[in-house]
Amino acid sequence: MLLRLLRRTAVFLASLFVSSIAVFTFMAVLPGDPARVTLGVNASDSAVQQLRDEFGLDRPLVSQYASWVHGLVTFRLGDSYVSNAAIGPQIADRFQVTLWLVVTGMVIAVLIAVPVGTVMAIRHRRLSGVLLSGLSQVGVAVPAFLAGILLITVFAVRLRWLPANGWTPPVVDPGMFLKQLVLPAFSLGIVQGAVLTRYVRSAVLDVLREDYLRTARAKGLRPGQALVRHGLRNAAIPVVTMLALQLATLLIGAVVVERVFVIPGLGSLLLDSVANRDLIMIQDVVMVLVVAVLLVNFLVDLLYIAIDPRLRAGAS
Amino acid sequence: MSTANVTASTSEHPPDRSAVLAVRDLSVAAGQRRLVEEVGFTIHAGERVGLIGESGSGKSLTALSLMGLLPGELTATGSARLGDHDLLSGDEAALSQVRGKDIAMVFQEPMTALNPTMRVGHQVAEALLIHRARTDRRSAHAGAVELLAQVGLPDPAVVAHAYPHQFSGGQRQRIMLAIALANDPALLICDEPTTALDVTVQAMILDLVVRGVEQRNSALLFITHDLAVVATVCERVLVMYGGRIVESGPVLEVFTRPRHPYTQGLIATSDLAVVDARGRLATIRGSVPPAGEFPAGCVFRNRCDHATQACADRPPWTELGDETGYACFHPVTHSRRGFDD
Repeated sequence: MLLRLLRRTAVFLASLFVSSIAVFTFMAVLPGDPARVTLGVNASDSAVQQLRDEFGLDRPLVSQYASWVHGLVTFRLGDSYVSNAAIGPQIADRFQVTLWLVVTGMVIAVLIAVPVGTVMAIRHRRLSGVLLSGLSQVGVAVPAFLAGILLITVFAVRLRWLPANGWTPPVVDPGMFLKQLVLPAFSLGIVQGAVLTRYVRSAVLDVLREDYLRTARAKGLRPGQALVRHGLRNAAIPVVTMLALQLATLLIGAVVVERVFVIPGLGSLLLDSVANRDLIMIQDVVMVLVVAVLLVNFLVDLLYIAIDPRLRAGAS
Repeated sequence: MSTANVTASTSEHPPDRSAVLAVRDLSVAAGQRRLVEEVGFTIHAGERVGLIGESGSGKSLTALSLMGLLPGELTATGSARLGDHDLLSGDEAALSQVRGKDIAMVFQEPMTALNPTMRVGHQVAEALLIHRARTDRRSAHAGAVELLAQVGLPDPAVVAHAYPHQFSGGQRQRIMLAIALANDPALLICDEPTTALDVTVQAMILDLVVRGVEQRNSALLFITHDLAVVATVCERVLVMYGGRIVESGPVLEVFTRPRHPYTQGLIATSDLAVVDARGRLATIRGSVPPAGEFPAGCVFRNRCDHATQACADRPPWTELGDETGYACFHPVTHSRRGFDD
């Protein structure tokens, strides 16, 4: 078990290293001079050269990479050349907002997917199961931003129950925070939930066919009890895998949904930075997103070990 | 179809007081396909009965229908009385009270029969808790450890804390037996419990099964296709073919003087000393038809050397004695010992 833990940690660190090189290389090989791109085509050569010196663009790539990574690790990311604001605190602020959105969206997705997927599996021969299946298929086909626009149209514009956009930090006004969180979180959650529902369905269907569920029934458990006590934990293994993979989709969804709902999250920051040609900011935001995805995958690996005792044996 | 094929039934004979299980007209169907047809038999308290036949003869379906665990697309009709309960009533709430308490089952494949994510002791203790044999977790755990010791697992307290993947097939089958015997069932069904195991392990498991039911005075319905196992474990045997019981009686009687040509064939094929003129082992010609596609009339007639026009009708049950008889128009005659082919 310790060996497995060490191996997963090594894989996590190696992935971090490789992806940081990938992000850095990608930005480095982008066509055009970053200083020129930042200042615009009308800037004077001397101004561009000055910025090149400040960026350290004339230093060797390895040294540039080293100082970038050093900044990331020590959380001293420097200032943006576009806004002159410190990059680190800005990313941290925005990241909090996106975290609320993604985590709430994920929770909504799970709360939809587990019961609906389970019912779909149990009733897969009946009309109700087939109808739910069809409905979830529709959900899969709807992109998050469209779901967001539909939700705004119905709940904000027509019914006027909830604000159409905006963001209030929870410490400022918890009530407003919740009201403004509902629609964007549901836009993300419904779509991810629809996708996840199908995985829950197939995982539960697989478990229902397992011999140990028959054993549980043979002991005297009713079908529902047998599924809850013996089935769900086993069905969780493939579902957790899917959940981790979905996180990347959810982050991408958040970028768009933040735009639709005018929320100052990491996604908005990324899109603004692209619009402003704030290359350093883009590089850092992308890296933060990459770290988030890798970290979750690492945590999921640990979760497997908690769920499945076979993985604790140490044998590969 | 109205002629009951097995044993005297219906209300004119009151059920034997010591009968644990009385099955009448049990049929299992998948839509229009009849997979088990009008099976009837009785098992008395503490009696060990074998159910034999080739794969596809309906043995496992018979057992699963008694447990009420048939796959969703299959339906069972008829009656199967266990004490005051009709196992075929379909009343899930009532049946779940009986299952695991009065009737228990050990399945064929031990490798997949246990929950891989739950400790073994917990899985055994659960059987005690469900039927309130123990009311609190601690004493249920103690009961589980005791049961694990009874099925011959060394260090039962350690075993209770382990997970199924840490055990071999034979050990897992012992654990399954501990679960099945947890509530001292009136009837234990074993569906080929040793088929997936090494021969050396087989004998130990069989011994445990017999000892387990003897200690509890439980009746045993033992499903197998291995005649040697039946001879070791059982007192009485039911021979099944094509979803019907074609012969039944005491093991010694049926194995030494089989009446049905199918039983005779089964015995001949398991006798390694009997060879034909070319030195080949005996076989029953043809093969078992797919489920639900057996011939009308006598289900065995397309593979039987003695079949005649008469066999297009369903052969009635010929009763030779209590729970002993056969369903055949041309029973094997035993003027001399041994069987000629």
